[in-house]
Amino acid sequence: MVQVLMPALSPTMTEGKLAKWLKKVGDTVKSGEVLAEIETDKATMEVEAVDEGTLTEILVPEGTENVAVNTPIASIKGEDEAEAPAAASPTPTASVAAKPAEAPAAAAAPAPKAAPAPAASDEDKWFKSTQTMTVREALREGMAAEMRRDETVFLMGEEVAEYQGAYKISQGLLQEFGDKRVIDTPITEHGFAGLAVGAAFGGLRPIVEFMTMNFSMQAIDHIINSAAKTLYMSGGQMGCPIVFRGPNGAAARVGAQHSQCYASWYAHVPGLKVLAPYSAADAKGLMRAAIRDPNPVVFLENEILYGHSFEVPTDPDFILPIGKAKIERAGTDVTIVAYSICVGHALAAAEKLAAEGISAEVINLRSIRPLDIDTIVESVKKTNRLVSVEESWPFAGIGSEIAALMMEHAFDYLDAPVVRVCAKDVPLPYAANLEKLALPQPDDVVAAVKSVTYRK
Amino acid sequence: MAVTKRRTTRSAAQAAPALPSKDELIRYYRDMLLIRRFEEKAGQLYGMGLIGGFCHLYIGQEAVVVGIQAAMREGDSVITSYRDHGHMLACGMESRGVMAELTGRAGGYSKGKGGSMHMFSREKRFYGGHGIVAAQVPIGAGLGFAHKYLGDGGLNACYMGDGAINQGQVYETFNMAALWKLPTLFVIENNKYAMGTAQARASAGELFERGSAYGIPGYQVNGMDVLEVKAAADKAVAHIRAGNGPVILEMKTYRYRGHSMSDPAKYRTKEEVNKMRSESDPIDNLKKLLLDQGITDEEALKVIDREVKDIVTDAAEFANTSPEPDPSELWTDVLVEA
Repeated sequence: MVQVLMPALSPTMTEGKLAKWLKKVGDTVKSGEVLAEIETDKATMEVEAVDEGTLTEILVPEGTENVAVNTPIASIKGEDEAEAPAAASPTPTASVAAKPAEAPAAAAAPAPKAAPAPAASDEDKWFKSTQTMTVREALREGMAAEMRRDETVFLMGEEVAEYQGAYKISQGLLQEFGDKRVIDTPITEHGFAGLAVGAAFGGLRPIVEFMTMNFSMQAIDHIINSAAKTLYMSGGQMGCPIVFRGPNGAAARVGAQHSQCYASWYAHVPGLKVLAPYSAADAKGLMRAAIRDPNPVVFLENEILYGHSFEVPTDPDFILPIGKAKIERAGTDVTIVAYSICVGHALAAAEKLAAEGISAEVINLRSIRPLDIDTIVESVKKTNRLVSVEESWPFAGIGSEIAALMMEHAFDYLDAPVVRVCAKDVPLPYAANLEKLALPQPDDVVAAVKSVTYRK
Repeated sequence: MAVTKRRTTRSAAQAAPALPSKDELIRYYRDMLLIRRFEEKAGQLYGMGLIGGFCHLYIGQEAVVVGIQAAMREGDSVITSYRDHGHMLACGMESRGVMAELTGRAGGYSKGKGGSMHMFSREKRFYGGHGIVAAQVPIGAGLGFAHKYLGDGGLNACYMGDGAINQGQVYETFNMAALWKLPTLFVIENNKYAMGTAQARASAGELFERGSAYGIPGYQVNGMDVLEVKAAADKAVAHIRAGNGPVILEMKTYRYRGHSMSDPAKYRTKEEVNKMRSESDPIDNLKKLLLDQGITDEEALKVIDREVKDIVTDAAEFANTSPEPDPSELWTDVLVEA
């Protein structure tokens, strides 16, 4: 007897819907035959049988939502298999199910528990009425809202239109806005990034989607030399209102070329703004701000966060300011600054630390350039200790910059050296255990906090 | 339409039914002469240390930009590489502002912050001035994209050299421009040398055929004759404005000066340069036509010569007396304040 397990359809999938069974109990199945259809918010996929035999049991009925990856969904009895008790250790048999038992992404990014409320801010006014939505939906809503507002805003990139987005960020936009404004490009990043810069010079407001930011390196000359510098080189005549966006940093098990954080690369450049949202509210509010901004904005998303849900204001005018960090959790003993997915790690660490009597203040940077130095300094004045957390490499990373800034702005308030928690200084490995070691984990943040608070 | 034809200089000339009007011919003469005298003055100022850095002169190639721009109309946009002074003058930008940018002064088009390679004029729809070889090509297609998106009826004239044509982004651009029928005229200014590398040493095949796989019509034109350039540009522009997508014009031209001011000129002979100057000079040849056909006389041309000389002298004077940018300008124009 072999068990068919719920397959993962993508490196970051942790659960999905068992949409439909195409076989019923008692049917014989041959290798390669489709057993069932699985859906996530990104895609629909067929589960094919690997082994031959008779379907003896359906363990998860069709229509079941939120089925975790690797949950047994059916049993197949082999042709020559004797009637016997089920095998003690089931073997995965679906062809797409050959995934590690636990997606590291899922372990790395737990949804934060309710944290102590941070101090009131201007932003609170938006949150009187909210709805739950994923980061993916929030990004789409942010783009759609601005496209409704301004006819010159358009989206271009690989698979953004008919395919509905490689990560489904642009789902439905083609249907609403048509192919004049939602444009599938060839696989030609250098070319379409340059073309979009020209369109921005010519009076439009392009949103350029890179399927992942890794591919923006093909286009980096246009992002820096053409988009970022032209305003200055023209003595202020030639603004370039454009958004370069896409998933940034590590996803899960996609290897070194597809797992890199570009925050430090782009934040180095005067003339660019660099944003890295964490929550769905950040994603929507900052996407709208990025599109309206008259400057080139690099908008760093995170694939793992796409499926995470948060509360987002329902006010149709909701927008966030660029350059304002958010205190996600108030604390008194240590300041933890992080951006993007690492805010989740910081919050998870803060929760653990609270259990040990250490009160951590967690700052979600959101905007990397311009950086909200004041918020960090004010926090350090209170806690006197600082830990930075990011998926960038350590050398010349954002944490390094923050450490330098603290020397300049908060030297007298520090009771311990700033500690950086970063990706390890290696190309990201594929093996699940090595990948986990290479990326910052909540426990790394806990350890860093203990070192700056001189606790064991 | 998808067929690439070699349009020789002769057939292009035949395609032009008649000479342009006297006023137009005189304007071509005057515009080419202004570029020539302006560039000579720039070379002189460079030699005196008043212009620094890179300075790429357009002398010899004047017929290309003057002929192409004569086929453009109000609202069209222009973009080119770093050999850009001639293009700016042909777009109607002021000699004073261009020269003062060369000297790095506050009166320059970019307040002295751009230099020879980085000048722009939104008013004249001149979008630079780009220092990265071929980067202007996708940007030019993007300007064409904007014309089409906005439905303003304009097109983009996107100039590049024979060196740029071997960059990968040119073909990424040709593909998208043809796919989306963008209103962009690609002008290859083939002056035979990419810096010091002769075309035959760098480029396989014919340059005007480089768009043929994408179905982009391409023509080779005698870029030393402003009338042939204008005739070819008229046809190309009509094709583009009719919604048929881009056209490539390869202009066979020649630069008399070095690639930049610091050019040892070891890659070609003096004889070659002298032969082009004496036999194919676009200004001399137009002047001869104007006189031979009795369109104008020596006296009238001398008036133009004096007018041009005065403009250039005035520009140089302005460029040398305009103040350096205020130190506070260091920090302006990094970002547009929202």
